[in-house]
Amino acid sequence: MKARVYVMPKTGVLDPQGKAIGHALEGLGFAGVNDVRAGKVIELDLAETDPAKAKAAAEDMARKLLANTVIESFRVEIP
Amino acid sequence: MKSAIITFPGTNRERDMRLALKRATGREPLMLFHRDELPKDLDLVVLPGGFSYGDYLRCGAMAAQSPIMKDVKAFAEKGGHILGVCNGFQILIETGLLPGGLLRNASLRFLSMDCHMRVERAGTAFTSRWQKGAVFRSPMAHGDGNYFADDATLDRLEGEGLVAFRYTNENGDVTEAANRNGSARNIAGILSPNLRICGLMPHPEDLVDPLMGGTDGLPMFESLAESLVSA
Repeated sequence: MKARVYVMPKTGVLDPQGKAIGHALEGLGFAGVNDVRAGKVIELDLAETDPAKAKAAAEDMARKLLANTVIESFRVEIP
Repeated sequence: MKSAIITFPGTNRERDMRLALKRATGREPLMLFHRDELPKDLDLVVLPGGFSYGDYLRCGAMAAQSPIMKDVKAFAEKGGHILGVCNGFQILIETGLLPGGLLRNASLRFLSMDCHMRVERAGTAFTSRWQKGAVFRSPMAHGDGNYFADDATLDRLEGEGLVAFRYTNENGDVTEAANRNGSARNIAGILSPNLRICGLMPHPEDLVDPLMGGTDGLPMFESLAESLVSA
């Protein structure tokens, strides 16, 4: 079973990458981009077949390693 | 003083650290690899700079999970002294031995240059050779050194005197221009509540000999040599 972990900079934490991407978009002439936040997606292929258990396991992995919860928030999706 | 320097795949500043410790203490530090065990009789453990595990996931995140870090945590719990410089600071943060996080530099640029730091907390094993307010020059070289913590944590660090060093100009003024990586409140280095763990981004070990262009960083290692006299 696949699990997808979305890791994003926490609200209020400076995201210089997002800012730089925003500036670049502006430079390309894309108007009206109010804000850009850049994070990462981590795909897990799990042996677990129960979606609830897979989600719980992925959340545990995110808390312990995949995200640094001081600066990042995460969300797990079972697609 | 019996010290050990821990290296991981991708560590690259361990020889500079070895030289600084040798110069200040007259003794060769033990050079350990991440698969080694930590000897029991150490006075100081040093996590040097570099790019452990290629900075995968987050700087220091992989090294924090390596086997020897279990020993380092146990060493910390027993009140051992630990110094983390640059990637070593990032590893201490990822291990949870120091609070906060280190974000990408605000400019998004890798910064390789000299900076100035002001000693905010004197009288520790890392800073006893300086007076509070002393300003010294140090090289720095990092892409992710932008110190971040929530306001409550920053207030606690300040209130308990756990900010060790702050980025300033050469006169010791806390300015935005001196804060090249964008760190919260110009913080360059912090201490644990028991004052025995210190992490900082710049590299004082790279200015410990006139041949390096100065000895501004030497007091840190002389402080350690003086404070951690082995039985």
